[in-house]
Amino acid sequence: MDIYLPIANLSVNALVIIGLGGIVGVLSGMFGVGGGFLTTPLLIFYGIPPTVAAASAATQVTGASVSGVFTHLSRKTVDIQMGWVMVVGGIIGALIGAGLFRLLQQLGQIDTVIAVLYVLMLGSIGSLMARESIQSLIAMRTGARPPARKRRHHPLVAALPMRWRFYRSGLYISPLAPLLLGVATGILTMLLGVGGGFIMVPAMLYLLGMTTQVVVGTSLFQILFVTMATTMVHSLTTKAVDLVLALLLLIGSVVGAQVGMRISMAARPEYLRIILAFIVLVIAIRMALGLGWRPDEIYTVQLQ
Amino acid sequence: MRWLARLCMLLPVALLLGAAKAPMLVPDVSQREVVIQYSFTGAELLLFGAIVYPDGRPPDEQADIVVVLKGPDQSITMREKQKVAGVWVNADSARFRSAPSFYAMASSRPIDRIVDDRTAAIFEMGVDKLQLSPASLNDNTEIERFQAGLVDVRRRSGLFVERPGTVEITDGVLYRARLPLSARVIVGDYTAETFLVQDGRVVAAAVRDIVIRKAGFERFIAQAAENWSFLYGLVAIAMAIGMGWAAGAIARRI
Repeated sequence: MDIYLPIANLSVNALVIIGLGGIVGVLSGMFGVGGGFLTTPLLIFYGIPPTVAAASAATQVTGASVSGVFTHLSRKTVDIQMGWVMVVGGIIGALIGAGLFRLLQQLGQIDTVIAVLYVLMLGSIGSLMARESIQSLIAMRTGARPPARKRRHHPLVAALPMRWRFYRSGLYISPLAPLLLGVATGILTMLLGVGGGFIMVPAMLYLLGMTTQVVVGTSLFQILFVTMATTMVHSLTTKAVDLVLALLLLIGSVVGAQVGMRISMAARPEYLRIILAFIVLVIAIRMALGLGWRPDEIYTVQLQ
Repeated sequence: MRWLARLCMLLPVALLLGAAKAPMLVPDVSQREVVIQYSFTGAELLLFGAIVYPDGRPPDEQADIVVVLKGPDQSITMREKQKVAGVWVNADSARFRSAPSFYAMASSRPIDRIVDDRTAAIFEMGVDKLQLSPASLNDNTEIERFQAGLVDVRRRSGLFVERPGTVEITDGVLYRARLPLSARVIVGDYTAETFLVQDGRVVAAAVRDIVIRKAGFERFIAQAAENWSFLYGLVAIAMAIGMGWAAGAIARRI
């Protein structure tokens, strides 16, 4: 079933794209992450231009995170105040990202930067998650209780001026810390088409020291608004959002997200985390090897 | 069969005009307009026509036909990856002012047996004979390297096609050639050139224009993204939220 993508300027098999969206959706439902980190590389691998892939993946992440946000809002597990600070940071980040995108494109280094960022991001977060989930698995088997984490934020965060009270998160810290975190994820969203949940969740836990219950909801809240902003920035600057591609991805991912959520309710979170860590590490290793292997295309053509 | 009717109408006119010494070409294409729509996976163009000789009879030694289909020119930058500190990155680059976005050629015999290199270069017969007008001041060997890279990339994506020896000539007067259009072609004005070659010289040439455009929904989307970017972005966001919300609402019922 071939469908022509009017922005990407090529025909794709609709079922392949829907299936891809579905796999990403299942993962996002299972692990509470957007799944953009999988969509963009897979779309590029399928032959879709990198810019179109990143732009349309951002749109897909919006769709995949909507129902999660509603669920968390109804359970009151979102720190809305903290969320808005991060959204503002994320939008600033998206605008900075747009400038960086253009600069890197002119220098011809956008592909390399995207690949290196992926390797660094997925590699570090994957190993962090793997280590932590293995520790908790061992603790579960031996019956030993994991040592209680000192629930305090990073000293750098405490050093920032101007403090606000974030009641839901149980924090009294400077809003600059979540703002800067938002900026960083906004840049990543614009460059890679990822939601940034991967960065946000650990950073909110370990850097800011937020209450665990509100971390996932707040991160989804931020992802929802920042991917919306990114879609808009992309359609205004790169004009690379392909509605047909986004629609196909969405069909798969919104259905997949619901399936994933059901699975996550039935499975043990420790096992889920270790599976996710494994997937992330495999992708990181594959991309790292890809940097060193002789690429299929030595020459690339860029329009002016 | 419209083309056949058109050909029959043209033939007597061409015969009258053919009173002059040089032979003439009466070319046509199967489609003057190629429309890109929802399941466009490429198309095949038929380029055909008649060769009209002054005395009405083809010469003893058969002449050759070369057809060239060209897409709009693009200004491009070619980048070359090199291994720097263990990582493949874009290192060298060259700019070309006029690289055709699409190029397809068919001939009745291999080009090197029809014309010499100089003539082939003048009429751009063959992908290695394209005049790309390099804009950066590199030396010749480097330009050649990048040109070979461009040809390789475009050939593999079906945007540069060479089909020597595929033009059929019937009774020395009617010719036909098939050229594939890749699904990746860009919209714009294309030209189909036909050359009649005798004894290594181009004795007649004719051009037909072909328009490739998007139509219907695809055209609407492409135009909306370009002209109404803000509204387009809003629609994309609304679609994502609507579908995500709907899936959640349905799942809660089940």
